[in-house]
Amino acid sequence: MAVTLTANAAERVRASLAKRGRGEGLRLGVRNSGCSGKAYVVEYADRIEPEDQVYESHGVKLIVDPKSLVFLDGTELDYTREGLNEGFKFSNPNVKNSCGCGESFNV
Amino acid sequence: MALLQISEPGQTPAPHERRLAVGIDLGTTNSLVASMRHGAPETLPDEQGHHLLPSVVRYQASGNVTVGADALAAAHDDPLNTIASVKRFMGRGIEDVKRLGKSMPYRFAAGDSNVPRIETVGGAVSAVEVSAEILRVLKHRAEATFAGEVRDAVITVPAYFDEAQRQATKDAARIAGLNVMRLLSEPTAAAVAYGLDQSPEGVYAIYDLGGGTFDISILRLHKGVFEVLATGGNSALGGDDMDHAIAEWMMREARVPDDADHKTLRRLLRDARAAKEALSANDGVRVVVDLPNQGAWEATLDRMQLHALIDPLIEQTIAPCRRALRDAGVRREQVDGVVLVGGATRIPRVRDKIAEFFGREPLSDIDPDKVVAIGAAIQADVLAGNRRGEEMLLLDVIPLSLGIEIMGGMVEKIIPRNTTIPAAKAQDFTTYKDGQTALLAHVVQGEREMVSDCRSLARFELRGIPPMAAGAARIRVSFQVDADGLLNVSAREQTTGVESQVTVKPSYGLTDQEIEQMLRDSFTHAHEDEAARSLREVQVDADRLIEAVQGAVAADARLLDEKERAEIEVATNALRVARNGTDVQGIRQAISVLEVATREFAQRRMDASVRKALSGHRVDEFDTSA
Repeated sequence: MAVTLTANAAERVRASLAKRGRGEGLRLGVRNSGCSGKAYVVEYADRIEPEDQVYESHGVKLIVDPKSLVFLDGTELDYTREGLNEGFKFSNPNVKNSCGCGESFNV
Repeated sequence: MALLQISEPGQTPAPHERRLAVGIDLGTTNSLVASMRHGAPETLPDEQGHHLLPSVVRYQASGNVTVGADALAAAHDDPLNTIASVKRFMGRGIEDVKRLGKSMPYRFAAGDSNVPRIETVGGAVSAVEVSAEILRVLKHRAEATFAGEVRDAVITVPAYFDEAQRQATKDAARIAGLNVMRLLSEPTAAAVAYGLDQSPEGVYAIYDLGGGTFDISILRLHKGVFEVLATGGNSALGGDDMDHAIAEWMMREARVPDDADHKTLRRLLRDARAAKEALSANDGVRVVVDLPNQGAWEATLDRMQLHALIDPLIEQTIAPCRRALRDAGVRREQVDGVVLVGGATRIPRVRDKIAEFFGREPLSDIDPDKVVAIGAAIQADVLAGNRRGEEMLLLDVIPLSLGIEIMGGMVEKIIPRNTTIPAAKAQDFTTYKDGQTALLAHVVQGEREMVSDCRSLARFELRGIPPMAAGAARIRVSFQVDADGLLNVSAREQTTGVESQVTVKPSYGLTDQEIEQMLRDSFTHAHEDEAARSLREVQVDADRLIEAVQGAVAADARLLDEKERAEIEVATNALRVARNGTDVQGIRQAISVLEVATREFAQRRMDASVRKALSGHRVDEFDTSA
């Protein structure tokens, strides 16, 4: 299993990184908070820690810390647009249920 | 499922944390900041309760920078270091600024990189930096209001702002520590404030009469997208001119000498403005002019007198309205709503005249000074993702077509005007000469057919094209305009993948009127533009043919006898002469004469090369040894 990006998401990450001018890749994580227990972290990664797991997807580095990986393994990250709003969307097979807005979830 | 954005390391917001996002009207005379409070958009006041921040920045030798009313108050005593109306200089080159700035006292200097700088006792500053000071004050105001950091903003710009001016506005925001979620055109923002985007379709006129500028925009809402059909206006006409007209009347009536001192004149102007404002609510107002040597003069200014003074000025706004409607191809009765923007539209006479012209009462419920900022705040709230589930699709359009220069100084439009943004379009180009290994891409903006009539935005080179016969290379030029209307152009040779690109940054500029003029010219010059274009096209064809024939003659002269060679030379020279003229038919004819003259030669060359190919290397070897 691994964590992957869709081609669309990869292109977006690449463009964002290029615009920002620095960064190793995209850090994905999970932290405890929110109404349903856990919430996603989507951030630029300026450094890769020794314990991090690094995946390469469509030429983009995805960096996941080992604690988060338990909840993210098998996840595919997509980039979509809904009206004016556009952003990244997780397809995470580990999720059992999420809160109404989808910002937090339970495994 | 929520859509997530990438955050800076460690800054992923907690779920359900609302993002603070503000709307900013960065105006020529005044600027405002607005945001959603208690579920409704409001402009945010400073500690003294003032919503409008005068767009004036003063630089002092101590390094102190003051912005707003205090700076405005110092403008008279310290004109060189107090910068007003800086918006007029945004995204402009040194030449434009020198011309525009003639009536202003500032000293300009070209710094490195051709960005004009204004010399002050606090150091030389660019228009971008001055604007950044204004934005910084508004940002702090919002942060103080919400007791939290504000990073995201929607900033409004005039509909006719081009790429360079938009980029300059974005740069100013970045310096002020603001992330521009989107640049929104001012008339679009005003329409949004009135919720006009909620109706399915419509044509709207946005009448914006500010302190020193007048703009009219005709917008069409179509499938949730505002399209700017036409813009017009006068960048030197506004409410201040009305104050001047009233002050001059007072001077005439009270026999104030023309050479009265500055203090007297300033007081007159202040009283004139007060009288104008009072007359919006009253039928008459007492005016007093106190002169040191002549005693006091007192009179009543009534509405009729006021109208006589300001009607000529209002009339000057009606002509651009008429023109804008005509440019937009819209009849007056097709306009579904008129929105008032700018303080001067509070004057009842202005409203009456607008109502009379458009045949309907204008929308005026929202304070015309605040309406643009409020629209920006609504848009910011949507973009910040605070209005989930609410359907609001609001896009902006590209104000002037974007294109690239092709052989002969012609423009190939890649993204036409009024395309909704974000937009991306690509077109394939090829090489003009055999063995051409580089291509200079010249990005231009405008509606005209010839490059010289459009605005040059950027140039970049694509190198490393493999040497091929003319026309064999496939070079894909892609134009991408992001949601802020900023342009990225890339060129990529398809077989090798070599690529080169540029992001459009300020180069040099045109005045507002010139940009509007460019639009109008494209209609009035449509015919001659077409003629110029077909002439250039046939000239380019002629050049290409002459070049090819010369190359062929040089390479394979042995395939021609004396008479044939003379014939080709005569035809070539005839084409050269014709090509320098303007007779399209004549050039076409000369081209076909040369084509006929070289047909036999071309046939022989083809045969020779086929023979060569069939016999492979041995012919080469045989040839060289012979």
